[in-house]
Amino acid sequence: MTELRQVELEVNGVRRTGLVEARVTLADFLRDELDLKGTHVACEHGFCGNCNVLLDGETVRSCLLFAVQAAGHSLTTVEGLADPTGSLGRLQQAFHGNGGLQCGFCTPAMLLTAHEYLETHPDGGTDEEIREAINGVLCRCTGYQHIVASIRAAAGAPG
Amino acid sequence: MSVAEQDPNAAKVARETRGGDAPRRWLGKSVNRVEDPRFLRGQGRYLDDIVLPGMLHAAVVRSPHAHARIVSIDTSRAEALPGVVRVVTGKDVVENAAPLPSFGAGPIVQDMIAIEKVRHYGETVAAVIAESRYLAEDACDLVEVVYDELPVVLDPVAAREDDAPLVHEALGTNTAYERTFSFGEVDRAFAESDRTVSAELYWPRSTGMPMDMNGAIGDYDPGTGVVTIHANSMNFTYFLWLIAASLKIPASKLRLVPVVAGGSFGSKFFMHKVPALAGFLSKLVGRPVKYVEDRITHITANDHCGSDRRYEASLAFDDDGTFQALRISCVDDYGAYLQFGTGTHGNALSQIVGPYRIQHVEYSLAAVLTNKNQQGAYRGFGAEVSNWVLERLVDLAARELDLDRVELRRRNLIPAGSFPYRTPTGNIYDSGNYQGVLAQVLEESDYEHWVAYRERARAEGRHVGIGVVASQERSVFSSTEFWFWFDDPQFTPTSSPESASIRIDPTGEIVVTLHSQAMWGNSPETVVSQVVAEEFDVDPASIVVTYADSQNALPGTGPGGSRYTVMVSGAVAGASAELKDKIRRIASDKLEVAEADLEFRNGAVGVVGVPDRQLTLAEVALTAYLFRLDLPPDMPSGLAAASVYDHPLTTLPNDDRSDLGIFYPFVGHAWHIAVVEVDVETGSVSFLRYAAVHDAGTIVNPRTLDGQVIGGTVQGLGTALFEEILYDEAGRVLNETFERYHLPSALDAPKMTVGHHETPSPYTAYGIKGAGEGGRMLSPAIMSGAIEDALAPYGVTITSLPIRAEQIVDWVATATGEG
Repeated sequence: MTELRQVELEVNGVRRTGLVEARVTLADFLRDELDLKGTHVACEHGFCGNCNVLLDGETVRSCLLFAVQAAGHSLTTVEGLADPTGSLGRLQQAFHGNGGLQCGFCTPAMLLTAHEYLETHPDGGTDEEIREAINGVLCRCTGYQHIVASIRAAAGAPG
Repeated sequence: MSVAEQDPNAAKVARETRGGDAPRRWLGKSVNRVEDPRFLRGQGRYLDDIVLPGMLHAAVVRSPHAHARIVSIDTSRAEALPGVVRVVTGKDVVENAAPLPSFGAGPIVQDMIAIEKVRHYGETVAAVIAESRYLAEDACDLVEVVYDELPVVLDPVAAREDDAPLVHEALGTNTAYERTFSFGEVDRAFAESDRTVSAELYWPRSTGMPMDMNGAIGDYDPGTGVVTIHANSMNFTYFLWLIAASLKIPASKLRLVPVVAGGSFGSKFFMHKVPALAGFLSKLVGRPVKYVEDRITHITANDHCGSDRRYEASLAFDDDGTFQALRISCVDDYGAYLQFGTGTHGNALSQIVGPYRIQHVEYSLAAVLTNKNQQGAYRGFGAEVSNWVLERLVDLAARELDLDRVELRRRNLIPAGSFPYRTPTGNIYDSGNYQGVLAQVLEESDYEHWVAYRERARAEGRHVGIGVVASQERSVFSSTEFWFWFDDPQFTPTSSPESASIRIDPTGEIVVTLHSQAMWGNSPETVVSQVVAEEFDVDPASIVVTYADSQNALPGTGPGGSRYTVMVSGAVAGASAELKDKIRRIASDKLEVAEADLEFRNGAVGVVGVPDRQLTLAEVALTAYLFRLDLPPDMPSGLAAASVYDHPLTTLPNDDRSDLGIFYPFVGHAWHIAVVEVDVETGSVSFLRYAAVHDAGTIVNPRTLDGQVIGGTVQGLGTALFEEILYDEAGRVLNETFERYHLPSALDAPKMTVGHHETPSPYTAYGIKGAGEGGRMLSPAIMSGAIEDALAPYGVTITSLPIRAEQIVDWVATATGEG
């Protein structure tokens, strides 16, 4: 149980390594070993999507993957969406300007999920498509409407 | 309303902030939230993000039984696991702690770890402290607890019978509280009215279910004896000193550090178990200990879930539709403990007649204990339930009279000229324009179009229904609602203050310090920044907002009951006024002009009409801090002010409780209209139109208000359609994960419009009313009305929630003879 494994992967464009037990989830690895606290855990059962990160560009539940499974892959977390001291990225600015967050807890996962969606729907698509895309991320504050508007705004599409 | 009843300081603030003809510069604008950037970067610093040097982690062993005597606990195997520091049980609590705080009456004792017996599934029986959370959870599996199972009592009606198993033997009954309140002449009004409708109604137990769970870090300093608790909620004025008592330390040696919360919705309002446990564990081991619930613990045993009520309710009215009297009898299943007493019903009594001219009200309550997790606050605090009951009765009355539901409501609305309006319970509604809000929602929803649409759709065999409901949204509670239940209450507080301090530093930058919980998804920093910007005409994004820890805090009650925006605005306005006076005096001296000729503009104070005669705030501040000999001789150095703002308008109940006094007087008003289509094959419900119009007095920020309305509405949809904590016959929670506890997702939520109507409160700063709970006050009622209307061909009457898809299919099958 306590045997440690070396994990080497790329996170937000930077090569990172860690020594963890095989049972450590990717979410805990990111938070506790790499000190990337922007990935949030809200159910640990894979239902709420609040821990979503991008693995090779696709959203995954980081609570359902072990860190060792992510070895060799390229990850993007919310910390990778903007320079820590620079201006907010396009999606972040759109959430800011459209009331896309309240408590902010699901926000990193929403941003990453929206990021993945806009890669395939650069024109924003329909409201229904946006809602379909974020359906796997639970938000208890917003009722989703301002999140949909934010994603639409990021795509430059009229609401 | 006698002016003498108003708090004089609050009355002064209300006068000074009323506003003249000049448009407001910052209030009322949808400025971007100042909180957002750090959360958008994943730098929110939630509780679980905090790491202290040498910090340990705790996990808890939860009871697998709903009711059982604890025979023995063997911790030896757990303690032998490498990395485990200590296993803590009820024995440690007996020796080193006192019971958890409670506002309930009688011997209903709750401990941070169960002693002798467990009273609900998931109750904590032991806590493991270890070097990591993984190890702590490993060790939980090694703690061996022997239980002697006891008969469970889950049905609150059965719990009232003489032979029912007792949840608390010392109480001698499971009925913790029982009383009937009568306002007006209820029997006579029922006898003399032309008609009555009655219903038995059930509102299910659900919970606020924030994404971020309750958590705390205890950090005991053996040198000073101070226990520091970082917690993602804890209200200083009401609860902090009670937690200190549980930890058996002087309140002066408990330092609470507020940490932002990823949502509360009531579930963190009286967070008592988690911070007390974290503080206690740290005190035992002398190192920092973090304890954060996991989702299963949150669902089964969080600090408190929402109401669980069975009603018998009747409305008496005349043939012309005039409402006369309301009679409500409620058995409320409080679960195993009674933290809040029956305050959630006090809340209901603040607006029990809704926006209608009902003169006579009888309200009976039995608060019953069962083997479930305890009940407490959930967005609406019990008033959302009573609004559902009232609006159900009104819909039934419309059906009885064969009268349009809008028209019936319109006939009974309190007229615009009758404010402040005293309701039968004694609480007042401060101001309103209900007919105006109704007219606006009918227009914005295009109601007549949808009525015609529904008729066409019905002719085509489609199941389209319209829901129309109104609601009050009381805001800013007074403490009296926690105790006016009792003839002889043991403790009768009347305070619910809020404070703010403002410091302009020597460079002219503004720092505002708040004195209660940190942000939990509301936008306190934005509200405060907009108010300060309004007063000083500075950029709200330039203002720094911080939170005092409890050892440095002024009185503060925090968010809850839609009070915070009203109260903190009053406090900020008071502190601003004091600071502005000082700035004017300094500037008046330096610019050699009368104070009355000065104005605040764009980060400066200057002479009205003379753009180049001004001093920047930085110039004034530098003088205030560093040039004492330039100041008026009686003026001390510095540029800071603090203000404590009390409830603007509250009075005591009378002795026999036929008048509960004024306890929740700033009352918003709202209407929602929803058009739904029901698929009777699958039971699914889709939205064709959802329109809301809210009057929350003066609006601080329309976009954030929209966010609260929409979010609350969708949360109420969850209550209406999906959410219920399910217990099996042994009292085990059946849906303890999100797999089976369904929260509304993006595809479940409607796209809605939110209209605003502004009737300022005459009593509050700027005329603001609270508005954080309104959405959830309406959507359960509107879904009931809309789905019932869609299923009208089948004669369905909706009397319980949630309205599950399988229930809809079942109703239709039964009505069509296929059941």
